[in-house]
Amino acid sequence: MAGELPFEKPLVELEQKIQELQSFTREKGIDFSDEIKKLENKMEKLAEEIYGNLTAWQRVQIARHPERPTTLDYIENLFTDFMELHGDRLFGDDRAIVGGIARFKGTPVTVIGHQKGKDTKDNIARNFGMPHPEGYRKALRLMQQADKFGRPIITFINTPGAYPGKTAEERGQSEAIARNLREMASFRVPIICIVTGEGGSGGALAIGVGNRVYALEYSYYSVIAPESAAAILWRDSAQAERAAESLKINAPELYERGIIDAVIPEPMGGAHRDREKAMAEVEKVITSSLEELSKLNGDELVQDRYQRFKNIGEFTTLVEA
Amino acid sequence: MFKEIFYRRRKYATIPSEKAKKEVPEGLMVKCTQCGTISYTKELEKNLKICPGCDYHFAMTARERIEATLDDGHFFEYDVELVSLNPLDFPDYQDKLEKDMEKTGLNEAVVTGEGTIEGHPVVIGVMDSRFRMGSMGSVVGEKIARAIEKAEQKGYPFIMFSASGGARMQEGALSLMQMAKTSAVLARFHRKGGLFISIMTNPTTGGVSASFASLGDINLAEPGALIGFAGRRVIEQTIRQELPKDFQTAEFLLEHGQLDKVVNRREMRKTLSRLLDLHLVRGDH
Ligand SMILES: [Zn+2]
Repeated sequence: MAGELPFEKPLVELEQKIQELQSFTREKGIDFSDEIKKLENKMEKLAEEIYGNLTAWQRVQIARHPERPTTLDYIENLFTDFMELHGDRLFGDDRAIVGGIARFKGTPVTVIGHQKGKDTKDNIARNFGMPHPEGYRKALRLMQQADKFGRPIITFINTPGAYPGKTAEERGQSEAIARNLREMASFRVPIICIVTGEGGSGGALAIGVGNRVYALEYSYYSVIAPESAAAILWRDSAQAERAAESLKINAPELYERGIIDAVIPEPMGGAHRDREKAMAEVEKVITSSLEELSKLNGDELVQDRYQRFKNIGEFTTLVEA
Repeated sequence: MFKEIFYRRRKYATIPSEKAKKEVPEGLMVKCTQCGTISYTKELEKNLKICPGCDYHFAMTARERIEATLDDGHFFEYDVELVSLNPLDFPDYQDKLEKDMEKTGLNEAVVTGEGTIEGHPVVIGVMDSRFRMGSMGSVVGEKIARAIEKAEQKGYPFIMFSASGGARMQEGALSLMQMAKTSAVLARFHRKGGLFISIMTNPTTGGVSASFASLGDINLAEPGALIGFAGRRVIEQTIRQELPKDFQTAEFLLEHGQLDKVVNRREMRKTLSRLLDLHLVRGDH
């Protein structure tokens, strides 16, 4: 198991033991198949136990896993004819967000997503998937293009959040995010958003105003990074675990509150453990929701999105006794 | 998800504005945090809470703002009965809400309603930074969304005074989604040609800055107001350099093309009235 997380250690140890026994069998000709079988059973049970009882924080670690499929991985696997388009026409090309035109099962669509790097060098170039204003503005430009030509929009959300930098503020990241929220609400084409890893606050939401919003099982969507919440609430970023728990940021909890429309199941241990399986699940969701949304006209799509977001919120009404 | 339940514990359904008005700022005298000038609280209130020494704009309560902005006696409040739940069972949240209700005499961090400004009817929203730092949770988002819908139905302009630390952490992603909710409602108002004047007061940051507050047809701010998305300390830690003193002030934003105008509080009512006047050509009033 490559790239294992701390809580996966017992599994890795078992796996190593099995491998040792297997090589013994090969090299020394001693039959350990009974032992191996036993250990394999044990490992299966252990895996179920570990992955069936993940804490909020452990899920966050999976969501951030360096080998987790990125937007470009989804594009490469689920789309054809992808042509990446660059730049916001105002300042630059933010590589923390990628986008362009592609075909999904033959239909031209616009696809946009946050892009984390595949290695350190790539990550630096892509600013670890944290956009600057020009990223949101590029996304907006591509979405406006999609709206003009009647192409459905599919977005992949995976960012730790907006980049907290000086120039990002100077160039108006608040306005850039806000504008996307408003404009996305008005597009007359289907918009499908999928949180594939980290749904980090405003930087995530800036491409997240969809008719349908889904999240992969181990992804999260949060108003604030658990570390930052811990620093504010308990003046201790080491309490991130507690913050992750309290903020209810995991996909199943988001589903309960109507923030996402469905949880996309992942292979045991996370999408990186079986990419093909993960891709197939995402493909299924895009297919069915595109089919569903294609029945709506422009007005209905706008109204559907309006209602979807208008409905989110939990409050009560005070009646004086 | 609108649940109607009886809330017997709460006694402050209606807002005791008189009481709230006298509570802030504390005591008889106030010392200006900028220049040290000491003023009588009563004098300061008469002076729109502007420091006579340096023009520093002290925070106004929602009630004070409404009084300073609308024509006398013309305020009809909307949705006063909406109150927050603790949807995530977040530790201590309920307590904090109750304390702030008591402290401010408000049910939540925004007051919405309608009135007139020099005869122009408007729908207005005013945030109060004393209530959970003016943060936006489900109730704040819903009240603002409903106010915009009202403005749309009535064909009135929408005026919003923001004062907020951002999205309310204790309601998690529900708070984040209020950014999308308020923006989506504004989108429809925008498409229908409604006029939205946004006024950013100290502070307008985080998720409020990155949603409705930045979406005015006209974006105004009060002098010296802190406006921005990310917190100063976070930025300094990220870029490992000190930021200029005026970073994220209204003046800084104006300089960087992010605002239409910085307006002194003494001029605010007049400025709004002029803007409303200039937009009279269209519409049915
Ligand atoms: Zn002063």
